[in-house]
Amino acid sequence: MYVAVKGGEKAIDNAHNWLDETRRGDPSLPELTVAQIREQLGLAVDRVMTEGSLYDPELAALALKQASGDAIEAIFLLRAYRTTLPRFLSSLPVETDRMAIRRRISAAYKDLPGGQVLGPTYDYTHRLLDFTLLAENERASTPPSEDAVEDCPRVLDFLNQEGLIERAFMKVGQGQPGGSAEPETPADLTREPLDYPADRDLRLQALARGDEGFLLALAYSTQRGYGRNHPFAGEIRQGDVAVEIAPEELGFAVVIGDIEVTECDMINQFIGTASEAPRFTRGYGLAFGNSERKALAMALVDRALRARELGEDIMSPAQDEEFVLAHCDNLDSSGFVSHLKLPHYVDFQSELVLLRRLRKEFEERQEAKHA
Amino acid sequence: MTNATLTQTPEARTDNTGYNFAYLDEQTKRMIRRCLLKAVAVPGYQVPFGGREMPLPYGWGTGGMQVTATVIGRDDVLKVIDQGADDTTNAVSIRRFFARTAGIATTESTREASVIQTRHRIPETPLSEGQILVYQVPIPDPLRFIEPRETETRKMHALQEYGVMHVKLYEDIARFGHIATTYAYPVKVNGHYVMDPSPIPKFDNPKMHGSPALQLFGAGREKRVYAIPPFTRVESLDFEDHPFEIQGWDQTCEFCGSDHSFLDEVVINDEGGRIFICSDTDYCNQRLDTGARQEAV
Repeated sequence: MYVAVKGGEKAIDNAHNWLDETRRGDPSLPELTVAQIREQLGLAVDRVMTEGSLYDPELAALALKQASGDAIEAIFLLRAYRTTLPRFLSSLPVETDRMAIRRRISAAYKDLPGGQVLGPTYDYTHRLLDFTLLAENERASTPPSEDAVEDCPRVLDFLNQEGLIERAFMKVGQGQPGGSAEPETPADLTREPLDYPADRDLRLQALARGDEGFLLALAYSTQRGYGRNHPFAGEIRQGDVAVEIAPEELGFAVVIGDIEVTECDMINQFIGTASEAPRFTRGYGLAFGNSERKALAMALVDRALRARELGEDIMSPAQDEEFVLAHCDNLDSSGFVSHLKLPHYVDFQSELVLLRRLRKEFEERQEAKHA
Repeated sequence: MTNATLTQTPEARTDNTGYNFAYLDEQTKRMIRRCLLKAVAVPGYQVPFGGREMPLPYGWGTGGMQVTATVIGRDDVLKVIDQGADDTTNAVSIRRFFARTAGIATTESTREASVIQTRHRIPETPLSEGQILVYQVPIPDPLRFIEPRETETRKMHALQEYGVMHVKLYEDIARFGHIATTYAYPVKVNGHYVMDPSPIPKFDNPKMHGSPALQLFGAGREKRVYAIPPFTRVESLDFEDHPFEIQGWDQTCEFCGSDHSFLDEVVINDEGGRIFICSDTDYCNQRLDTGARQEAV
């Protein structure tokens, strides 16, 4: 067997051609359409949009098709596209209070104004394979009753009324101990390099883009004692919110469209000092589409990362800002781990040269000893 | 063995790719240029920059690509090497990227290139004034493996608190009898900052010192750029009784017979037979063209 040293160019072309063929699969089966992916693999599309930081179901579906269903590869495609887009202006903060609700639950109260709305959830399904789907027999589904859910008051606002919980964000200058001041212009880590210590706006952005699996594991670790913060799922809501912009020349806000989001308000362990009454603290999660697992994990990690600001001891990975923020992005991590596939001949050769020399010296010493 | 040729790819003009010249938009390039100017002004200092997502994975040269995209112009001639070679897959991929998005001329010749992007090597052919060498950097901070926290290492650099690095090198000597760092060997730039030269073999470290070329370093994932301006003092860290030394080989290049270039080891058969060849393919070809030994295997 002779080892080829050359031929990178041709090898790449061949690999790409083969990839196209493999991605297509059996050509006797009809090709998957982007619309089918968008409509029928919606949760995958939502994850790609969330971590790809771009709300575009069509392009996310295209990315999934192109990536053979690999979420991280699809996220990569979307991010690399997003980075080239011009930024016209920033939207106004979305008003999730005025969400057109599809699902809304609270684990803190049995019932509350607006009610518990289960929505389309996998939560109480029995995880039994449905073989009728295998036979591709569409079951006639009963359409859900269309009782429109009115604007739901926010669960955490009930606590606010009694001062039982810290306020979420406050305008600059209205600072309240334990709360975070709202920055004038939120930081953007896709434009400016991440700088430590990071404020909460930056942390939330990093978490929103962060890998669901990584955040889930960190969130889980806080529940198992590595930075415990006693969470209650105060409210999870999912539905459509309007995105508004206020162009300067217009002087008022206009709605440019609706996006679907999942939001999680976590109620966490209370704090108090000699001079201040104890109150609950918060963790917050927000993700595009129906991404409940992500929103929950994000809220738990957000709360854990507030350790510094709340004067807690930083003892666990989930509380460690540098550890979490530097490692939560799956394009950073998958890129750098996979770069091990690139040639390292030169570095390896350098190590070989040294290792051979060290072994030779070792043998010489052994021989000298026995001589 | 192909001769170094200037290749223009007319079918890949930027006009029909839908992207700006060299992919990045001009605002981004301006931001990166400002950071590069700062980097040149403070040699060896890691300047944070607003690194963008590139259409290649992090860890595969996105930092180098952003620097190249920023400094390259229509008249530039680009050479891209990985492990010293022009035909390694990632070098091919990056060279194609710029041929496609910038429509610029590319070359395999070190002498003809005005911009050279590299991973893991410095060309054997000495660089000259006006050339720019762009390094791809995975982990820009030489202190990272001693202190993983950015907040700490920034302070250490500011205070020139580099004792730990010497301790690390000393521990190598105590354990192995040699400094066991063979690549990414730390250097001190212009008498101040200790800098990671990227994972080039320490064999290449002396080439950085006083080089007439501008050396720029880009770390995309870590969002840092740094630089060594032309004719800058670059010293590899060492001890008086353990001076810095570079690796050498008992063998010579199988193709060109070179006894002074960095050699790659190639396993040629199932019995573990080996040959040694120049890692710098252009240098090897040059020597062959000028009549060096040519008893190819």
